[in-house]
Amino acid sequence: MDSNPSSAETAQRSIYVSSAVTNAAKILVVGHFAVGKTTFIGSLSEITPLRTEEKMTQASVQVDDLRGVTDKTTTTVALDFGRLTLSNDLVLYLFGTPGQQRFMQLWEDMARGALGALLLVDPARLEETFPVIDLIERYGLEYAIAVNCFNSATAYGEEEVREALDLLPDTPVVYCDARDQRSSAEALIALVRHLLDRAA
Amino acid sequence: MTTPGEEASVTSDFVRSYVITGGRSLPSSDDLALHTLVTLAPERTLPLGAGPEVKAIWDLCAGGYLSVAEVAGHLGLPVGVARLLLTDLFEQGHLLRRAEPPRAQNVDRATLEKVLNGLQSLIG
Repeated sequence: MDSNPSSAETAQRSIYVSSAVTNAAKILVVGHFAVGKTTFIGSLSEITPLRTEEKMTQASVQVDDLRGVTDKTTTTVALDFGRLTLSNDLVLYLFGTPGQQRFMQLWEDMARGALGALLLVDPARLEETFPVIDLIERYGLEYAIAVNCFNSATAYGEEEVREALDLLPDTPVVYCDARDQRSSAEALIALVRHLLDRAA
Repeated sequence: MTTPGEEASVTSDFVRSYVITGGRSLPSSDDLALHTLVTLAPERTLPLGAGPEVKAIWDLCAGGYLSVAEVAGHLGLPVGVARLLLTDLFEQGHLLRRAEPPRAQNVDRATLEKVLNGLQSLIG
């Protein structure tokens, strides 16, 4: 039916998920600070990306100190996410997650039920990606690398990235422009193909 | 491109969380995942004495299905607080949930294929 709007267009008119949707999938978009996670999510999301916050407290300290003393061990972390209706009965949520070790509570929450993770990488700041890879592996998530190459004057070859990050041979490395919907979708496709290979 | 303020923490003018939750500790994600879809059950009446946050969740969820994270995002509530209040409403029978992820961390092939097809149709 050419005259019918696609499910994505229908979903765009409302903040709500279409009532036919019975399945929700989640993919994490991870990477170091300012690598472009929010931009990536925004280029794909059918809703204005939402931001919410989670309070992170170190395990040894009580949440919410009632004495009103500044609790230095509590930090607030912003979480950005977007939504994409992929078929009549399926929506995909993209959650942007900061890659710091101190947000492990958040990672546990994020990782639960996630299909996998797309790791955005700025080739000029490869070393900042190591802690994020550690977290991904700790939570047993499958992942693909998307080199966000919009602002890199220097071209980095795939082999260079692969070697620097010490990737397994079958870990996909793709290049993307996080500002571009098509490019971002292609990066997710590379990840999902990889997930299918691993699930086989 | 990095938008200004990316990952800057949200400045909080919220009532401290323990006021909203009545001092209870927050439930874990095992109880309600961030991408579980929720909506108000039909023909329910707002509980007497519901606080402003519960009232806001009630009004929002009356319109259709949203994920737990979206409820938090739309209402400017910390995720943990939204999850606690939603869990309460669910236990009181006011809320329906849908699309709960399996507890085990196993990725199901059929879902992956659907996601792949959906993404491919996006780019034509």
